[in-house]
Amino acid sequence: MKPSRIGADIQVVAKGYLRNPAALFFSLIFPIILISLFGLIFSSSGSAVTLYTENFDHSPAASAFLAALNGTHAVNVQIVHPGNESFSAWLGQNGYAVGLVIPAGFGSDYANRTPVNVTVYTDPQDAADSGIVLGAVEGVVNGFNLNASCSSDCVIVSFAQAQIGSQVYSYIDYLVPGLIGFSILTSPMFSMVDVASSYRKEGLFRQLSLTPLTRAEWLTSRVLWYTLLTFAAAGVMIGIGYGAFNARVTLSWELLPFLVVGPFFFVSLGMLAGSAAKTPESAAVIGNIITFPMMFLSGTFFPVSEFPPGLATFAHVLPLYYVIDGMNQVMLFHNEGRALTDLIVVIVAAAIVFLAAIRLFRWRDD
Amino acid sequence: MGEAIEVRDLAKRYDRVTAVAGISFSVSAGSVFAFLGPNGAGKTTTVEILEGLRRRTSGEVRVLGLDPWDDGGTLHRRIGVIPQDFRFFEKITPREAILYYRALFGTDVDPRELLAQVDLLDKTNARFDTLSGGQKQKLGLALSLTNRPEICFLDEPTTGLDPTARRAIWKVIRDLKSQGRTVFLTTHYLEEAELLSDRVAVIHHGRIIAAGTPAEIIRAHGRPPRIRIEGPPALADHLAASLGVTARAEYGGVEVEVATPHEILRVLQAAEASGIPWGTVTTVQETLEDVFVRLVGRMDDGALSGEATP
Repeated sequence: MKPSRIGADIQVVAKGYLRNPAALFFSLIFPIILISLFGLIFSSSGSAVTLYTENFDHSPAASAFLAALNGTHAVNVQIVHPGNESFSAWLGQNGYAVGLVIPAGFGSDYANRTPVNVTVYTDPQDAADSGIVLGAVEGVVNGFNLNASCSSDCVIVSFAQAQIGSQVYSYIDYLVPGLIGFSILTSPMFSMVDVASSYRKEGLFRQLSLTPLTRAEWLTSRVLWYTLLTFAAAGVMIGIGYGAFNARVTLSWELLPFLVVGPFFFVSLGMLAGSAAKTPESAAVIGNIITFPMMFLSGTFFPVSEFPPGLATFAHVLPLYYVIDGMNQVMLFHNEGRALTDLIVVIVAAAIVFLAAIRLFRWRDD
Repeated sequence: MGEAIEVRDLAKRYDRVTAVAGISFSVSAGSVFAFLGPNGAGKTTTVEILEGLRRRTSGEVRVLGLDPWDDGGTLHRRIGVIPQDFRFFEKITPREAILYYRALFGTDVDPRELLAQVDLLDKTNARFDTLSGGQKQKLGLALSLTNRPEICFLDEPTTGLDPTARRAIWKVIRDLKSQGRTVFLTTHYLEEAELLSDRVAVIHHGRIIAAGTPAEIIRAHGRPPRIRIEGPPALADHLAASLGVTARAEYGGVEVEVATPHEILRVLQAAEASGIPWGTVTTVQETLEDVFVRLVGRMDDGALSGEATP
């Protein structure tokens, strides 16, 4: 294995790739379009923030307080009844980022000029919604204190701030690792299936076999190129997710193995599928049969946990599921143990597929 | 001069089809060898076996003393190959292609020098998918020279090229020979083989049906030199009867076989003495193409079945 030959091959691949508008579109532009579209559809920025409110006091003052909040048009009060469960935990489990509790006796305390607190629950990682809610509540509290007709510096109503019990994730948070997985799947699969079959048909593999470049070097250069491409796509996805849609994903070195092993697996799988096919046309069919179910059923666009039970079970046999789930564990849930399990599954699958691809992939004819 | 290529009883079978049926030949180092045959004769199979791209069924093959299949890695550093209908990465320019091959082979060739050698300098930075068929073949030739090969295998390098492009490639082949390199050429153009090659072998139905220098093959398998006289069929009868020569009425004229230049004068004197009107006289010499067509035709008719070597 000679690095200079691998480097020369990567240069040729890169030039060919960067000069191919279709390849560029599907590698980088298409995922950007997807994240932008889904981000715009699901980020719901610009409308009033829904403020989930547990009201323990049914006095006119409490009703007036909530009406005043709705009157700001910044929030939309929605009364909820979590029952015996902690309000904080209830918000977290339901994925709600902001909440409000009006305590029992709010109306009588206000009438008696006795200080009383309302509690605002926020998610520190959702700075946008939290800021809107805090601003609206503060404004209404000030209004209530002014209307209380006590001395100028008296404070009857005030608010306490509390954090929501567990992390809340929005759709865009899931979408960032999902679309990185999409890129890990589609770029190598579509390209390598075509390359494996068309290079064979056009005699390019035979041409390469007449040079000192070995099959292992050739495959390694492809893996390295698609790893580079994956890093670029991941950078773009994370950048747009952060910058445009306030995605809350954590970056850590534990993400890196997935950005390397993922392309390694799909380059090998693409070569295997392309080598198994007899013609470029049948290779395209085989490639699509493998790629499309994985594209939609591995948690790329929606969390697998939201799938019906049958589909969720099926998702667990798809290799891309483990790539995306691993990245979710690293970037969202901080569950390193499960991420490691996912990584091991992908590594084992990649090793098997790579060996099979090497076995089936021939430079020369017998 | 040693042998660059040695082939003994080479055979290649695909299931029930025999592509090459036990052929033997050798190619001297520093010579141009033309391997000729109609489509499906076994040419490309043979060439690919010599290049190490295809495994043989039986027989002995040595290229530069190496077994092409078992020692392919070593051999490929010492040979250059331009396959039929050369293809390359579509978005890569000729300059980039040569730099790529240079890096793979670890040589220091100058891309401009190589492109100038194959008359492709004006397309240095054009992408492969914008090149014409001839320009693509020229790039293939340039790439096959990147490692300064001892043997160049050129599989129909001029097929489909215009006369100018063909001549540019002929010049490269002559240059290679003058540099002492061996050229193994397959071509459909018999004129090309006759002009360029030191030795020729003709393969048909997997067997070599003629081998030698172009002149030897023409002498062994061609018709004798003839003169063609514009005149009626009666002139042929008169010349045959009066001189005892072979004369035939063909294509609106008379063709008379002549063994020596002196005989030409005798034939013309007899024509003049006959009183039969006659006109333009031309000499007719068999070409390699004439011989090739005849040999292949005879074999297809079943008249020729084995190897013919002068």
